[in-house]
Amino acid sequence: MTAIPLAQQFLNLFAALLLLIAFAMLSQRRVLSLIRLFAWQGAILTLSIADSAWLTHQPHLYYSAVLTFVIKVLILPWLLHRLIRRLNVVWDVETLLNIPTTMLVGIVLVVFAFNLALPIAQLSNTILRNTLGIALASVLLSFMMMITRRKAVPQVIGFLALENGLFLAATSTTYGMPMVVELGVALDVLVGFFIFGIFFFQIRETFDSLDIRHMEKLKED
Amino acid sequence: MEILILLCVPLAGSMLLAWKGHRTYAPELNAAISILTLVAAAYVTRQVMVDGPKVVFDEQFFIDPLNVFLVTLTAFVATTTALFSRPYMHNEAAHGRLSPRRLRLYHSSYQAFIFTMLLALTANNLGLLWVAMEAATLTTVLLVSLYRTPASLEAAWKYFILCGVGIAQALFGTILLYFAAEKVLGEGGTALLWTHLVMVKGNLEPTILSLAFVFLLVGYGTKVGLVPLHNWLPDAHAEGPTPISAILSGLLLNVALYALLRTKVLVDGALHAPFAGQLMMAFGVLSVVVAAFFLRRQKDIKRLFAYSSIEHMGLMTFAFGMGGPVASFAGLLHMTLHSLTKSAIFFAVGHATQKTGSQLMEHINGLIKTNPTIGWGLLLGSLAILGMPPFGVFASEFLILTTAMHAHAWATPWLLGALGVAFAAIFGKVQPMVFGPAQTQRLPHSPALVPVFLHLSLVLMLGLYIPPALARWYHQAAAMLG
Repeated sequence: MTAIPLAQQFLNLFAALLLLIAFAMLSQRRVLSLIRLFAWQGAILTLSIADSAWLTHQPHLYYSAVLTFVIKVLILPWLLHRLIRRLNVVWDVETLLNIPTTMLVGIVLVVFAFNLALPIAQLSNTILRNTLGIALASVLLSFMMMITRRKAVPQVIGFLALENGLFLAATSTTYGMPMVVELGVALDVLVGFFIFGIFFFQIRETFDSLDIRHMEKLKED
Repeated sequence: MEILILLCVPLAGSMLLAWKGHRTYAPELNAAISILTLVAAAYVTRQVMVDGPKVVFDEQFFIDPLNVFLVTLTAFVATTTALFSRPYMHNEAAHGRLSPRRLRLYHSSYQAFIFTMLLALTANNLGLLWVAMEAATLTTVLLVSLYRTPASLEAAWKYFILCGVGIAQALFGTILLYFAAEKVLGEGGTALLWTHLVMVKGNLEPTILSLAFVFLLVGYGTKVGLVPLHNWLPDAHAEGPTPISAILSGLLLNVALYALLRTKVLVDGALHAPFAGQLMMAFGVLSVVVAAFFLRRQKDIKRLFAYSSIEHMGLMTFAFGMGGPVASFAGLLHMTLHSLTKSAIFFAVGHATQKTGSQLMEHINGLIKTNPTIGWGLLLGSLAILGMPPFGVFASEFLILTTAMHAHAWATPWLLGALGVAFAAIFGKVQPMVFGPAQTQRLPHSPALVPVFLHLSLVLMLGLYIPPALARWYHQAAAMLG
């Protein structure tokens, strides 16, 4: 067996850490800790993108690493902190579904994601191919987090984590999307986040709570 | 250059209205900007008819027979909707239902929404197309919750989350597509450009493309409103202001379907098998059938027509799924007719609900006595959307069904049955609203009825006579779709 270069090993390590964080987010009940985990996820994503930039000698991947760092590690967590302080939900703790069951379903999702990514990973000629399965798994785990949450803020954090998984997929299977697309996606994420912020205040003003169980009235009868 | 002007007009309009949108003349300003956009779109269309397709700006934007027809349609319906929105918003302001700040938000977002749709239509870069589709959600989400009622907030939240998650799947699909394209076209900017991709579509890796298409279908299909991903659609249509329902139904759904069609062409080329078409047909038939049965249970008039939109989008998806020159032609014709008819219906519905102050159908009655023009508009619009001859929808549905009978006979009984159920449901509900005893209430600003009858007469004309230039254009677009 040939030795795997160190940078490649680091890449696998970062991807594994991202998956670990996705699981941690799935089970974390405190909003404040969720934001911290989200920032860590962004930081590791940045490192992973920078590492693949170094590995593949793609200068534009460095730019996207910087972009990820600024948006996912600095701006969004800062905005989230401000938001929960203004909404007075800093110490919010959520009652969740049965955590062990959630974890088990999560493991099934990971297996599913790896199987789905397998035929594609074999086709990949980039040295980054192992991470596609992990990227898909973290997308699915964030998706699941959104489904299991009952409060608006954690749901949105799940949405942002989903975006992180997609970014990992973009940088791991290919050498990163063209710059214009990456900038556009980043802009959409930011604008989307501001709209979420406006929304939180509207929801709380109307329902006196950020619990989305109040918003299940529109149904077919 | 023309494309730049076309895109800049609504963008600049949005900024202008973000600044001046709360003034009393803002609705007029909104209409004026839309008319300018229409003029720019007409100019672009003329250019394409004379010089043929165009690729501009580092190949990031393009105009070809397929999107030029949608650009014109979008600009046209956006203009008539702005004309309808003028008295509608004056009435809302006079009733005190909307504060000046919300009017400013409304007008600015309206133009921004038109901008994102035109951007999505003209983008050659499939990544940029995705960005524009997501931006289209972002610009409309605050419009759905414009009235800040509990129901409208819920609808907007649902719309935001479902479409956000859905469109994230489409991004994953786009990434996979880029991954496949990169091997053929090499890394760098050209691997997401549709004009380049379509030239090498035969060489793209089939396994990756089929997986990518599944993600793209789920993603963009959510925005098209295909069953079972349609949950957001009736709520968003019913709770937002009526002009927004009109352009969501008449335009946004088309643009989402357009995004799907662009990728279908690539997948078909790579797979040499009707995989994408079969998936689309299945989703299409399911949407038509499910929506038809939901129609009967509706109490809210806007929800009723929202379900009718799901039904018609399903029919189009089915037609494009079948493929071939006749079915694609019929699909494009149906797209045009549905946009025109459905927005005309929403205009009439908007005035009717403003008059009665309720969206519940049991509260709306005797329209033909209190306001004959609204009553006739609603009646004729409903007959048109139900596919009664001589309206154009009859022609396109007839074409779709006869093609289906030859190529995919299994689908015809389902489609015919569903269309019958839809007819009974909608006609049975519209009839008492139009006729029946009347109660009257006057509106401070008289409604704009020109858009309603302009649309309906176009639909009537297309049923009796399709101008040769338009027919040629549909044929060219249908040929591109294969």
